Amino acid sequence: IAAGSVCAIVCDMQWCFSQVKGAIDDDVAEADIISTVEFNHTGELLATGDKGGRVVIFQQEIENKNYPQLRSEYNVYSTFQSHEPEFDYLKSLEIEEKINKIRWLPQKNAAQFLLSTNDKTIKLWKISERDRRADGYNLKEEDGRYKDPNSITSLRVPVLIPMDLMVEASPRRVFANAHTYHINSVSVNSDHETYLSADDLRINLWNLEITDRSFNIVDIKPANMEELTEVITASEFHPNQCNTFVFSSSKGTIRLCDMRASALCDKHSKLFEEPENPSNRSFFSEIISSISDVKFSHNGQYMMTRDYLSVKIWDLKMENRPVETYQVHEYLRSKLCSLYENDCIFDKFECCWNGNDSVVMTGSYNNFFRMFDREHRRDVTLEASRENSKPLQVLKPRKVCTGGKRKKDEISVDSLDFNKKILHTAWHPLDNIIAVATTNNLYIFQDKLTG
Amino acid sequence: MECAVDAQSLISISLMKIHNSRTQRGGIKLHKNLLVSYVLRNARQVYIKEKYAEIYRMQQYEEVMTVCNEIQELNPLDPEPEDAEEEDLEVAALSCCAPLQDGGGKEPETSFYRSCCMETPGSPCDPFAGNGSHCNKTTVLDLDTHVVTTVENRYLHQDCCCSAPQCAPVPDSPVRKRKGDFGCCASDLEEVSDFSASRKRVRREECTDPNYTDTSNISNLISIFGSGFSGLLSRQADLEQICSKQALASLGAWTRAIVAF
Repeated sequence: IAAGSVCAIVCDMQWCFSQVKGAIDDDVAEADIISTVEFNHTGELLATGDKGGRVVIFQQEIENKNYPQLRSEYNVYSTFQSHEPEFDYLKSLEIEEKINKIRWLPQKNAAQFLLSTNDKTIKLWKISERDRRADGYNLKEEDGRYKDPNSITSLRVPVLIPMDLMVEASPRRVFANAHTYHINSVSVNSDHETYLSADDLRINLWNLEITDRSFNIVDIKPANMEELTEVITASEFHPNQCNTFVFSSSKGTIRLCDMRASALCDKHSKLFEEPENPSNRSFFSEIISSISDVKFSHNGQYMMTRDYLSVKIWDLKMENRPVETYQVHEYLRSKLCSLYENDCIFDKFECCWNGNDSVVMTGSYNNFFRMFDREHRRDVTLEASRENSKPLQVLKPRKVCTGGKRKKDEISVDSLDFNKKILHTAWHPLDNIIAVATTNNLYIFQDKLTG
Repeated sequence: MECAVDAQSLISISLMKIHNSRTQRGGIKLHKNLLVSYVLRNARQVYIKEKYAEIYRMQQYEEVMTVCNEIQELNPLDPEPEDAEEEDLEVAALSCCAPLQDGGGKEPETSFYRSCCMETPGSPCDPFAGNGSHCNKTTVLDLDTHVVTTVENRYLHQDCCCSAPQCAPVPDSPVRKRKGDFGCCASDLEEVSDFSASRKRVRREECTDPNYTDTSNISNLISIFGSGFSGLLSRQADLEQICSKQALASLGAWTRAIVAF
């Protein structure tokens, strides 16, 4: 690595473009809007869900002859329709087919399994490869027609012959009719046998094998709905304590629950909450303090929450305040009124950890995304755009001008495109490869320096 | 508040969002509607506070006007300046009103309430359309705070538009109580017991109001008040005694409103 190289090296990483998936034209079909992105546990597979109810799975290529240093080439592995639009006749409501979350199960055998969910129904999908087929049947022709029995003169044993790889996705379980409100999260337990699903007011515990019943473990629905003050916004199992999970609320609190304490975990074991700064009080204080995502660190010692303007890192041993707070786009604080009018203030940004929990990442507007290096206390803003999409082109850090004279290469707050939002990002569990979803495109970037 | 936000327009924007959510694909989003209801509550609290401040100012104005009349009565030897004073006041009032009837050119910083002058006769917000005299607008100077505001002469806005009990909000109650919680002429938002069921009625706010302050007319008034009260201050104690009865009588309309709050 040459010292004084032109491209800024931030966080000891130099991010460069790898691939972009999706349609090029600006006219975005609503069904193509990406609604979730998730790497599997090895990082070999990358799944996306969209508003049209489809799941697309990409697989990492082992090696690219033209670009040997490009270890992050992902190609389509499987595509299937996970959910269809439904109609609830009792409530006269349409149920959207949009995939809210995908979560991979740890691999147990040759096949891969994932959970995908829309607002009401969770499905367990098996994705398996078939690269051989049987040939030489006695009674059937190649095309499947039955032979004339009189023409059969000898007997043979069918053999398996290679065929072109075929990837099949089949729904193995359908977990339905357990949620009155809209499902926002699913999380697989570290015991690999159970998982939780959370909607606005309730969290249910399922066994992956059993579809006709689930246990309700959290219920915050008040007796009188007029007294409703908060909803559940996200929930996740602890990465290695199978009895522990957290759920975040619209009031900016996180509750940690221990399933050993009682059957119904309404009473939390820990309550994480930071007192509000009274000088920041506005009409929109409640909205911007609502937590949109919560993620445990891989080591299980910390958790990260995302609210509208910031990312917070919490030490599980300290409830009264986060240990780190990172401002994602503080310059939006003075624009909250217009962001309320155009509904952007309700955007639910997700966040993610890198493999060793040293860097966290989240999205913003104008197709910007932000990384915060916890160790070195540095942060960077990068952009996912077609302009910077030559193979292995290094991303230049971006800067938003918040006032005064705008420097060259800076972008002013008023020029930001609020229709271009990055809500979903994912980090490869073992490598510095990231997947960043713009409205309908999936960008894959890799770090040039490591590996 | 972080920016100059109009509490009333926030209320109407929020109500529109709730209304639109009923027809959204996928059903009513509980989370989003809950957040919108918080904005509604916050905007309503500001709206009510400002309204209360208005009442207080009106009350001050009432006392001031009463004292003005007292001055006139007490100085019959000097009719000219007082007449001129009255005339100036009227002129100021009229000139304040006129642009409003055009629709109020300026975008207000904050709006307190709808102006009855704005309503066309027969509009739903103004059942007393025939009695235009109820709703004269005047720009006044608050002697305590030196704030110049536009108020309605004599009558609280609410009295014009609806009966007080319906307009009685309970400041500390959560926003999700029954109708009548909002200020006068706010949309009727009835809460149902389950958010996931559709709401009954949402009448969109039809009245909009600028809080009109015209600095050019104000300077006239300041000089008027300045000259009018130079003698007043020395005789304040006497006048207070004399005025008290009148002042109390004029407060009748206010006490009802204040109790309602």
